[in-house]
Formats: sequence, structure tokens, C-alpha cells
Amino acid sequence: MAELDLKATGVRSVNSTLHGLTAGANEQDWLIKNPMGQHAIACGLDAPLNVTIDGHVGFYCGGMNQQAVITIQGHAGVGVAENMMSGQVRVTGSASDAAGATAHGGLLVIEGDASSRCGISMKGVNIVVGGSVGHMSGFMAQSGLLVVCGDASDALGDSIYEAILFVAGKVGSLGADCIEKEMRPEHLIKLADLLEAAGLDQDPARFRRYGSARALYNFDIDNVDAY
Amino acid sequence: MTTEIPPTLPRKSATFDDYTLSEIRRAAATGIYDIRGGGAKRALPHFDDLLFLGASMSRYPLEGYRERCGTKVVLGTQFAKYPIELDIPITIAGMSFGSLSAQAKEALGRGASIAGTSTTTGDGGMTVEERGHSKTLVYQYLPSRYGMNPDDLRKADAIEVVVGQGAKPGGGGMLLGQKISDRVAAMRDLPKGIDQRSACRHPDWTGPDDLAIKILELREITNWETPVYVKISGTRPFYDTALCVKAGADVVVLDGMQGGTAATQDVFIEHVGQPTLACIRPAVQALQDLGMHRKVQLVISGGIRNGADVAKALALGADAVSIGTAALVALGDNDPALEAEYNKLGTTAGAYDDWHEGRDPAGISTQDPELAKRLDPIAAGRRLANYLKVMALEAQTIARACGKSHVNNLEPEDLVALTVESAAMAQVPLAGTDWIPGRSG
Repeated sequence: MAELDLKATGVRSVNSTLHGLTAGANEQDWLIKNPMGQHAIACGLDAPLNVTIDGHVGFYCGGMNQQAVITIQGHAGVGVAENMMSGQVRVTGSASDAAGATAHGGLLVIEGDASSRCGISMKGVNIVVGGSVGHMSGFMAQSGLLVVCGDASDALGDSIYEAILFVAGKVGSLGADCIEKEMRPEHLIKLADLLEAAGLDQDPARFRRYGSARALYNFDIDNVDAY
Repeated sequence: MTTEIPPTLPRKSATFDDYTLSEIRRAAATGIYDIRGGGAKRALPHFDDLLFLGASMSRYPLEGYRERCGTKVVLGTQFAKYPIELDIPITIAGMSFGSLSAQAKEALGRGASIAGTSTTTGDGGMTVEERGHSKTLVYQYLPSRYGMNPDDLRKADAIEVVVGQGAKPGGGGMLLGQKISDRVAAMRDLPKGIDQRSACRHPDWTGPDDLAIKILELREITNWETPVYVKISGTRPFYDTALCVKAGADVVVLDGMQGGTAATQDVFIEHVGQPTLACIRPAVQALQDLGMHRKVQLVISGGIRNGADVAKALALGADAVSIGTAALVALGDNDPALEAEYNKLGTTAGAYDDWHEGRDPAGISTQDPELAKRLDPIAAGRRLANYLKVMALEAQTIARACGKSHVNNLEPEDLVALTVESAAMAQVPLAGTDWIPGRSG
């Protein structure tokens, strides 16, 4: 495994090295040492690399990721894997606000907790949180799956579109237009597959499903209080 | 002798005028606020309230058509490896595919490219048509992130982080279901036919400190090659401009309340924000205080209509201007030739602003394939290019008359104001005096 010492070379050098790698590059496995909570580490990758970051990271780690598998051995700041298109980002610790925000694809796994607005405006990504999520998670979530193995705080799924939310623990409250829905067999299968892909040993039967009531999809003056 | 009492004429209230009464009746009948496109329609202090002094005994003019008067401008010179070089200081503002037809977006790209300037994407992402037909394309990075992806980000010649819009500072967007075609729905990852709400603030950052980190991320992803603009609305231009600089913007785009939108509440358009004229000098002052004037470029938008407006904005300290509504008119929007069709929609040419309904007979603000194909993107692009070139020529004409060898050499000293209000806002003397309200005497 090739090593990059961020403390010695800085974020620009680390990212430039990783951006220069293609699918056919000899070295596909990389270890970033001494991340020191710096921002924008390993963002904008677009190659099937395996990147391990040995420590905590700041904002937007793995942002807009394509293809790469990034493992953060520590905690992550705001917007981890924001707008990810494909690949995988794993956080072995906990994540701050807006984890997986607007992400279109790929898999984001947070083994610990995620703060508020986890999966905000998600557009197709799958997110699995081993612990709990903060308030307004799944806000305006458009598509994809958000799995919460712990609890979800207030206003879960506010103004949600077509994303599906699975929560094993308690839900503080549901946001506007978000309702609990029947957990059908196909949902259990989908959830089991996702938990397995995330490497989390959880019983799908513990989870409840939430999604959009679709009452706010077209403006109606009688629903004005919900807007 | 009969003594008839002369009747007084019926008198309508200036406060409750006909438009106001009609709006009360409409609201009472429908129970919903009025949504429309465009910018503020009310009379506001504007560039018409300023005049150029021209040459005199102490200032000599340049020979029209003979002596050189430059119009080129370079945007994004602070950090980006590849700044934007434009032939004219007039750019096309961000307007989305979705709010506009693909033909209209193509026409904007064609016209801008012929004229040697940039055009800008909007909410909903980048289309193949506009990238293909735009020599210089600015990619808007918006709160909704509809259609946002790193491949298109890297294809852009500049990135514009949208914080605010003059027509609706603090507001998000709404694209009504009528305009959500299969293609628009697919680009935005949402079902066809539903109202698509755009968030009013970004999902993963709040405030200037976070914005600095967001800009860092964008620069890292584009290898520090691409200029990053930040677009703000005309609310607190002094502080907002300073904070944009602090956050690391290459260019500040400042949009006054005459700037248009595809759709929002009329009450929002008419009652939130400041006139463009009132925004320029505070923004320039902020740049000057920081020693960043002309290093971080300032682009002004909101109600720019002709070369005189361009010249006045530049004289007040802007590096360039941006046009939206005027560009649509050049393409063919609100053309009196379509009067009969506007009448069927309950309006008249020049007043049509229900862009959100998608029934634009000009084929511009629509996703209806039959309406959209009415717009010939080649001919419309040519009209836009002509219009842009006329504006540049007009600005040059004025600049030469003021003795300037480049339009960006125009300065506040070249201007006077016709009203106390405009003198105060533009911080130039009231005509016939040396009085600048709030500053001198």
C-alpha cells in the first residue's frame, strides 16, 4: 500500500496525486497518514482506488466521489461524501452535519452516529448509519435509501420526495409529508442486502419504513401550513 | 335660474389603485399568492437617474470609431489558473434548463459565443446543448444541486456558487409541475409532473466560514484551474461583498431587485431586496477597503437594458454586468408580434410574466415541445449577439465621449444624478451641484 503523509505534503499534493491515478494505474491502494482534520481530503476522486485515511477528517472528505472506496478511520466533519456519484465511503467513527448531502449514488456507511441533516437532498445514494441521526435527516430526500440502526431525531424526512428511510430505533418526530409505511417483503430484502453490504449485523425485522405521503407534490392552498 | 351643483369627477385612490384592487380580488377568489417570473416592476431609482457629463474644456474625448476603446475583461484573476477572458463586459446570467426550453438555452449559448462572452447554467444542471454551443460556460452551484455532478463541474469554464438572487433574496425556487418534462425530471432526479422545490440555502454549508471550505473543495476538485464566482443578492452589499472576498471568491456577482427569476411570489419580488443602483457603491467600497478592487472582479446584474446602463455600472466600479431578462427579450420574449396569443393568456406583450406556467408562445420559458420548437436557436442566438454587440458599442460610444480608452476606465467622476435619491445611492453629485447626499456639504 502506497502512503501519503498529509502533514508533510498538504491537501493539494495528496489530492493531486490521487486525481492523477486512473483505473489502470499500478498502485490502487493508498494510505493517507496524518489527516489532522483537514478539509476536502480525497474529494473529487474518479478511479477505482482503495483509499484509507488514518485519522479524523474535516469537511467534505470524499466529496463528489466516483468509483473510489474510501475508508476514514476516525470521525468525519460536515458533508462527508457530499454529492457522491458512485463508489463507497466508510466512516469508522461518527459524522457531523449533512453526511451524504445531495449524493447521487454509491454507498456511505457511518459506523457511529451522524449529526443533523444526514442525507439531506439525497438523490440516489444509499446511506447506512450504525448509530443514531440528528434532526432534519432526510430533509428533501429525493431518492435512495437511508438506514438508521439507532434513533432518529426530530423532523425526520421533512418534505421528502421518493427516498425511503428505515429506522430501527425511536423517531423523535416526522417532518412535513413524511409518514410511516408498511414494511413489505421486498423492503426487508432490500434492507437486508444493504445491511450486509455495509457490514453491519442487524436484524431487518427491527426496522420501520418511512417515506413520502406525496401530499405536497403539487401546491394546494389547504396544505399551506405544511409548506 | 337653475342651480345645478357641478359634480366632482370619480376619483380612484392612489393607494388602492386598479392593480392593487385586482390583486385583492384575485387573492380572495383563489386563496393563493400570485406567482410570476421576472424582476421588480415597480418604479425604482435606476441607471436612468444618472447622466454622463462627457468631455469638456478639462476633459478631451477620443475620436469615435478611430481611437481605440477597449471592452475586453478578464474575470477570476485571483486564484484560478485559467481566468475567463471575455471580449465584452456583458455576460449572460444564470437561467435554468427547465425554466427555459432547450432551444432557448442553446440560443443563449450561440449568441453569447458570437459576441465573445459567457453564458451561465441554472438550477437543473448543464445541458449538452448549452455546453456544446457555449464557448465560455459558467456552471451554477445551487442549493438544490439538481443535476449537479463532478463531470459537468470539470467541463465548466467557471463555477458560480449561488447564495442569493436579486428577485428573491433569502428565497428558494419553485418549478411547477407543468414544466417538469421527462427530461427535466430525469436531470433533477425527481418524478415527472410534481412541483420541484429548490432549497433557499445550501445543504452542506452555512455562513462565510463554511463557504471558504466549500470553495476550497470546489478548487480541489477542479485542480485550482477554474474561477469560482459567488453570486449574492442586493441585500447587504457592503458586508456580503467583504465576506465573499474573505471566503475566497474570485468574482462577486451582485444581483439587484430588478433581476429576474423564473418564478416566485410577486410579494417577494416587489418587497425584498434593494435596487441595483443602491448596491454597487457599497460593494465597490468593500472591495476598496480590502484592497481588492479590480483583483476580485465585481459583476452587476438586475435591470441592465442598454449600453448606457452598462457604462454607468462600470463607471460606478463594476468590472462587468450580466443580463437575463433583456437577453430573453432579445431572443423573442414578449414580442408584440405574438399579441393575439398573449391576449389568449389574459395578458399583453410586454407584460407576460407567467413563465412558470410553461405556456410561453415565444417558445422560451416552456417545456412544451410544440411551443419550444417555435424558437429557432440559430436565429434567436443571432439576435442576442446583435443586441450584445449594440450594447458594447453604446458603452464604447459613451466611454470615448468621456475620454476613456477602455470602458472599465469610466469612473464616478464622469457621472451626475438627476434626483437626490439616485445621487445618494450612486454617491455622485446631484446635477448642477457638487452635493453628494450623505457625503459632502
